[in-house]
Amino acid sequence: MAIVLRKQRGIREAIVSNTESTASINPNELGSSRVKRGLAEMLKGGVIMDVVTAEQARIAEDAGAVAVMALERVPADIRSQGGVARMSDPDLIDSIIAEVSIPVMAKARIGHFVEAQVLQALKVDYIDESEVLSPADYVNHIDKWPFTVPFVCGATNLGEALRRINEGAAMIRSKGEAGTGDVSEATKHIRTIRSEIAALSAKSHDELYVAAKELQAPYELVLEIARTGKLPVVLFTAGGVATPADAALMMQLGADGVFVGSGIFKSGDPAKRAAAIVKATTFFDDPAVIAETSRGLGEAMVGINVADLAAPHRLSERGW
Amino acid sequence: MAGRSPGLSTGAPVVGVLALQGDFREHIAVLDSLGADARPIRRPEELAEVAGLVIPGGESTVMDKLARAFGLADPLKAAISSGMPVYGTCAGLIMIADRVLDAIAGQQSLGGLDISVRRNAFGSQLDSFETDLDIPALGAPPVHAVFIRAPIVEEAGAGVRTLASLSDGRVVAVEQGNLLGTSFHPEMTGDTRFHEYFLAKVRSA
Repeated sequence: MAIVLRKQRGIREAIVSNTESTASINPNELGSSRVKRGLAEMLKGGVIMDVVTAEQARIAEDAGAVAVMALERVPADIRSQGGVARMSDPDLIDSIIAEVSIPVMAKARIGHFVEAQVLQALKVDYIDESEVLSPADYVNHIDKWPFTVPFVCGATNLGEALRRINEGAAMIRSKGEAGTGDVSEATKHIRTIRSEIAALSAKSHDELYVAAKELQAPYELVLEIARTGKLPVVLFTAGGVATPADAALMMQLGADGVFVGSGIFKSGDPAKRAAAIVKATTFFDDPAVIAETSRGLGEAMVGINVADLAAPHRLSERGW
Repeated sequence: MAGRSPGLSTGAPVVGVLALQGDFREHIAVLDSLGADARPIRRPEELAEVAGLVIPGGESTVMDKLARAFGLADPLKAAISSGMPVYGTCAGLIMIADRVLDAIAGQQSLGGLDISVRRNAFGSQLDSFETDLDIPALGAPPVHAVFIRAPIVEEAGAGVRTLASLSDGRVVAVEQGNLLGTSFHPEMTGDTRFHEYFLAKVRSA
C-alpha cells in the first residue's frame, strides 16, 4: 500500500507546480519526489564524472566534480571490449563511496530492478538506469516510484523523457552516444528535447491530446510541459562530451549540467582536463574563460565518429 | 552605474546570488518575486554592485574551488566582514561557516558565522527528508523544510542565535548579525519567509 500511495503522490507532484503547499506531508518523510528531484537541483551547473577506481574518484572530487558515477568500465572500454555490461562490483562502489564526500551515482541495467535494489542497499546517492549497460528487459524499464533512492534516466527526445518521468525518474540526461568523444549525438538530443518542449508551449489546449498521443507520453505531463515550458525535473546532457568547449556547448544549448564519461580518464591529463571542464561549465557563456581553460590540456580521448558506428553499436538506441 | 550606492538606486534592493554552481536560479526567482532586483554573481565586479548576497544550495567543494580560481573568494570574505547581509542555504551555510567538519582536503570556507558545521550530517541521499519546523522568529505556521544531504550546526559561538532545531535538538538554522544560514532549502518550497527575513536585513543594512 505504501508503494501505491507513493506512486500516486509522485504522479500528483509531477503534475502540480512545485510551489504548491505541502502542509499535509508527514514529518521526516524520506524519498519524496521533492527530495529526489531536489538533489538533482543541487547538481545543476556542475559536472558529473565517470570513475572506475577510488583513485579516479579522488581526482574527480579534487578537480571540482559535483558528483561521480561509479562503474567498472567507462563506455569507451565497454564499446571496445564488448560483451555484456552489468552493474559494478559492490566492493568497487563501496570503495568509491568511502573515498569521496560528493554524491556517488551508479548504473543499473535498463529494467534490472534487482540491480537497482542492490545499489539502493549499497546507499548510492543516485541510480542511473543506463543504456550504456546491456539492457536486462527489452520491454519494461524499472518502476522507479517504490525506491527511496532517486533515478536518472537517458532520453533522446521529449516523449522518451516523459515516459521515464512517468515511471519515476527524478532527473533526465540526454543520451548522446556514450564512449565516442563525438558530441554530435548529444547536440542532437538536447536540441530535440528543447525544441519539442518549445513546440508544446506553442500549441493550443485542444491540440495537446493528439500531442500526447504522438509523443507516446501521459497527457497530464504533456499539459504540464505546455504550461511551464520546461521539464519538471533537471535535464543534464551526456554522451560524447570530451572538451571544455563541448561542455559549454551543452550549457549554451540549455542543459542544466553535464555528464562526462570516457572524456576525462581516457585523456592525456585527466586532472587538468576535469578541472577545465568544470570551469567551462560554470562560465559557459564566456569564450575568454573557455579559451583559457582549453590551453595545454594534452591529448583528448581518441574519438569515434558516430557516423562510422553500425546501428547495432549505437547505445542511444537502447531504451524506448 | 558608477557612483550609485548599491541597492538604493531604484528602491528595489539589489541582491546577488552566487552563481558558480547549484540552484541559484530558484533563489533569483524567489527574490525577484519579493520585489528585489536579484542578479547572478560569478565575478568580483558583479559582487561590487549588490547590497546583499545569497549563497545557494549545491556542492560546497565545487563553489569553494571556483570562488578561489576566479578571484571571488577574497572579495566575498571582504564583503562579509564589511557587514554585507549574506544568507546561505545548505552548501551556502557551509560556505559562511568559520569551521567545516568532514571537509575534503584543502577545502576552505569564506567564514563569518562563528559555527562549526558538519557536511552530509544525515548520511547519504537515502537519509534526505522533508519535515515541518517551528521557527519562532518567523511565526506561525511552521516552515516546511527540505533537507538534501544536509549539513548541521554542531557548535556555535556566543554571538550566534539559533533560529530552528530539529525535534532531537540538532541546530539547522542560525543567524549572527547580518549573516543568516539554514541547513535546508526554502527556495524549493514556495515559503518566502526566510527570503523576506533576509531582505529586511538588506534594507536596513
